[in-house]
Amino acid sequence: MMNDFLLVLPELILTVSGLILMMIAAWAGDRAAPALTWAAILTLATAAAFLPGLASPGGSAFHNLFAADPFAAYTKVIVYLAAIVSLFAAMSWFGRDRDYRAEYPVLVLFAVVGMGMMVSASDLLTLYVGLELQSLAAYVLAAFQRTDSRSSEAGLKYFVLGALASGILLYGISLLYGFTGTTGFDGIAAALGNDGVSTAELFGLVFVLAGLAFKISAVPFHMWTPDVYEGAPTPVTAFFASAPKVAAMALLVRVAVEAMGPAAGEWRQIVIFTALASTILGGVAAIGQKNIKRLLAYSSINNIGFALVGLAAATPEGAAAVMFYMTVYVVMTLGAFLVVLRMRDANDQPVETIASLSGLSRTRPMLAMAMAIFMFSLAGIPPLFGFWPKFLVFQAAVAADLTWLAAVSIATSVISAFYYIMIVKMMYFDEPAPAFAETREPVGAGLILASALFVSPLGYLAIPALSAATLAAAWSLF
Amino acid sequence: MDGFPILSAILALPLLGAVACLVSSAAAARWIALVTTLATLALCIGLWATYQIGGPQWQFVEDAALFGNAFRWALGIDGIALLLIVLTAFLMPICIAASWEAIDRRVPEYMALFLFMEVLMLGTFMAQDIFLFYIFFEAGLIPMYLIIGIWGGANRIYAAYKFFLYTLLGSVLMLIAMLWMVNYAESTSIPVLLNTDFPPQAQTLLWLAFFASFAVKMPMWPFHTWLPDAHVQAPTAGSVILAGVLLKLGGYGFVRFSLPMFPEASAQLVWVVFGLSMAAVVLTSLIALVQQDMKKLIAYSSVAHMAFVTAGIFTFNRQGIEGGLVVMLSHGLVSGALFLCVGVVYDRLHSRDIDKYGGLSNNMPAYALFFMVFTMAAVALPGTSGFVGEFLALVGAYEANSWLAAVLTTGIILGAAYMLLLYWRIAFGTARTEEAAKLPDLTRREWAMMAPIAAVVLWMGVYPESFLAPMRQDVAVLLERVARAAPEGDAHVTAGAPAPAAHEGEAH
Repeated sequence: MMNDFLLVLPELILTVSGLILMMIAAWAGDRAAPALTWAAILTLATAAAFLPGLASPGGSAFHNLFAADPFAAYTKVIVYLAAIVSLFAAMSWFGRDRDYRAEYPVLVLFAVVGMGMMVSASDLLTLYVGLELQSLAAYVLAAFQRTDSRSSEAGLKYFVLGALASGILLYGISLLYGFTGTTGFDGIAAALGNDGVSTAELFGLVFVLAGLAFKISAVPFHMWTPDVYEGAPTPVTAFFASAPKVAAMALLVRVAVEAMGPAAGEWRQIVIFTALASTILGGVAAIGQKNIKRLLAYSSINNIGFALVGLAAATPEGAAAVMFYMTVYVVMTLGAFLVVLRMRDANDQPVETIASLSGLSRTRPMLAMAMAIFMFSLAGIPPLFGFWPKFLVFQAAVAADLTWLAAVSIATSVISAFYYIMIVKMMYFDEPAPAFAETREPVGAGLILASALFVSPLGYLAIPALSAATLAAAWSLF
Repeated sequence: MDGFPILSAILALPLLGAVACLVSSAAAARWIALVTTLATLALCIGLWATYQIGGPQWQFVEDAALFGNAFRWALGIDGIALLLIVLTAFLMPICIAASWEAIDRRVPEYMALFLFMEVLMLGTFMAQDIFLFYIFFEAGLIPMYLIIGIWGGANRIYAAYKFFLYTLLGSVLMLIAMLWMVNYAESTSIPVLLNTDFPPQAQTLLWLAFFASFAVKMPMWPFHTWLPDAHVQAPTAGSVILAGVLLKLGGYGFVRFSLPMFPEASAQLVWVVFGLSMAAVVLTSLIALVQQDMKKLIAYSSVAHMAFVTAGIFTFNRQGIEGGLVVMLSHGLVSGALFLCVGVVYDRLHSRDIDKYGGLSNNMPAYALFFMVFTMAAVALPGTSGFVGEFLALVGAYEANSWLAAVLTTGIILGAAYMLLLYWRIAFGTARTEEAAKLPDLTRREWAMMAPIAAVVLWMGVYPESFLAPMRQDVAVLLERVARAAPEGDAHVTAGAPAPAAHEGEAH
């Protein structure tokens, strides 16, 4: 029992300090918000230091409800880092408008606890509880600017559609439970492996995948993404695009491999369809966008599609490629959002139109260069590091005899390259729009610089370390 | 030189220069770029001087496992790569000089992008790891997109998009083919892959995937439509680099990958290459004949000349392949020089319309002289570099297929027609506009750009052995590799029975 608690130590740390911070927030009020944010960042760093499965072999806790394996540990490191970065971003962004409030870091902490549960779930019920904890915190975060009707709309939309997806997921869980007699991943895998996949089990599998596809915003369950990304305050969008995406993707990989591994032939078709649909729609629909946040929403749909190509391979290399993909994706996306956070007009009001980026290379050359690096990297053009995860997922697909899938999806990447280079064209070829307001924010600038360096060709030097970590993580699932 | 990673040093030098340019003023950036490119050229000449002709196939080899098991930092060159590297390094300082005054805004960025471009092009020729090759090959899109888009002409944005997306679409499928090959051969090393026999039924698809990429890059008719747009809109130095080096990547790819890695597929699909080459020579020459825009004319002539390269490479015989390679080198010099000639008058009159000029030999004698040398080289006059390459390619083509040789020869006649017409309309007669009659002759900077190219063009035309010698052994290796699949030519060359020479005594 004691050992079980050691395995969930990071979650315990986060939960307890989340509760304490909530109490402080209630009494000290919004004045304490920056201090609370620093405390939350410190908590996340502490929790990361106690992650089981990182240095130790880890294990499984509470009668196989909770897996603390290298896969979970790797994902949690990414999630914690993404949460830390988005907390920094939120603190300075809201702080500038003087409407930063003390519950923000608390909500982020709870969302992170939920994500930790998700990626460690080895039982459908743990999965569901984690997912809901994360989602509930996220609904509130989306509506965080109460006075802004767009933000409230985003929160409501996210909640209604999210609730629907939870319903679908729960229905799938109940079907799987009904026909396999268990909610444990290993039990389900055993049941599916023993006597083949029955029609009812297939239904359950489809519903579970549909519910999870909503969380990673894969086509055809992506409709909420552009609206929520556009309406939510920008730091919240940055958070949504990073940590929860990684967690949901990791969860999907774990469910697909651990629980539904024997049914790989069945779910592979679904994954291939959503992958291709996401890469195509994420490419085509982004072309006409006028709002940079909507554009980045479609960009995330597009990138999720590519990551799913790695999952379709259903091999350890494929799963490792997915995790590698999500790691680099998070850095590129957070970097791009950190640039978007600096888009403010002369009156210090945030602007979100793509046109306002025009001629940025003349008014703010360094910022434009960073954004150009992120855009080319998201498009997957070598020598930027964004090329490498795409390379890995295609490699995994080719190794799994899915050469046609790799060929088709790489061809669709040309569609998405169009709108990424359109942003570069705006910044470099067009006449300057009014300059953005000055920002004095060394932490933000440092984070942009760090992410730009990571996705620059220097990132390739990280390949040995990252491949070793992702492969170790992926092997713990198989 | 043993042990010193000279290839990495050649790559590092322009890279450092690029970073230095970014953080300096316009005037300083120009000098940094010039000094860096000249130093790189000096290193590359050193490379040529120390290259052992007839030595090991791969020289100056470096190999470091910087990136784990995924791929390696493996560099090394053979004679073919060596000459293309020297060509690149030779054209670069000239490009910088050509941009000295023509580029007056955002100079540090411009110079940095050019130096970055140089790194990528040199890296492409040096890479000995197939994925390292792909990264260098593909990365060239970014600087070229920015160069066309920022410093280009009126319609630059369309041209930049078209260039980027067209060439990207061409090359993505090649990556999948590479992944398949590496998966099959379990090695990313190009020398290993060169000696791997891929199953013939897979070769066809692999060949087509590589063909999609190289045919667009080359460009072959009908995949050439991005080239006139890109050339016309790019700044002068951009056109020089595009015509001089970037187009050579396609030909290099055919020689390095398509032919030796997929000999059976190459033999099987040789009709595609021949057919497209024949169509290209005739059609694009005819198109060039009716152009009003000088740059467009030279761009179409590039497509026609590249058809000699593709036809020569796929003849499967020594003359053809060596001819194709020499045409690549020669065209790199000549078309680059022709774009410089256009740039010289464009800088003065800001027009590329042929009808705005005329009679330039009266007021610009030195310019007219250089322009004539390069025109004659483009027409393949004996004594210039163009003759050597096209003659060899035609000999090779005749051995492989008489029809091919016949049609390609028509191309030479058409080429003479459009080039002489261009020269006549620009340099002879009387000036058609008052401005053209007042144009001043070459400055010393322009002399310094033109004279070295003219010298090398004549050198290559008079003593081609300097350029053929380093490649000879590598072409032999290539021929040995493809011999098993070489299609039979229709020339049926047979050695005659040696008859004793008639003796004077018998006459009595």
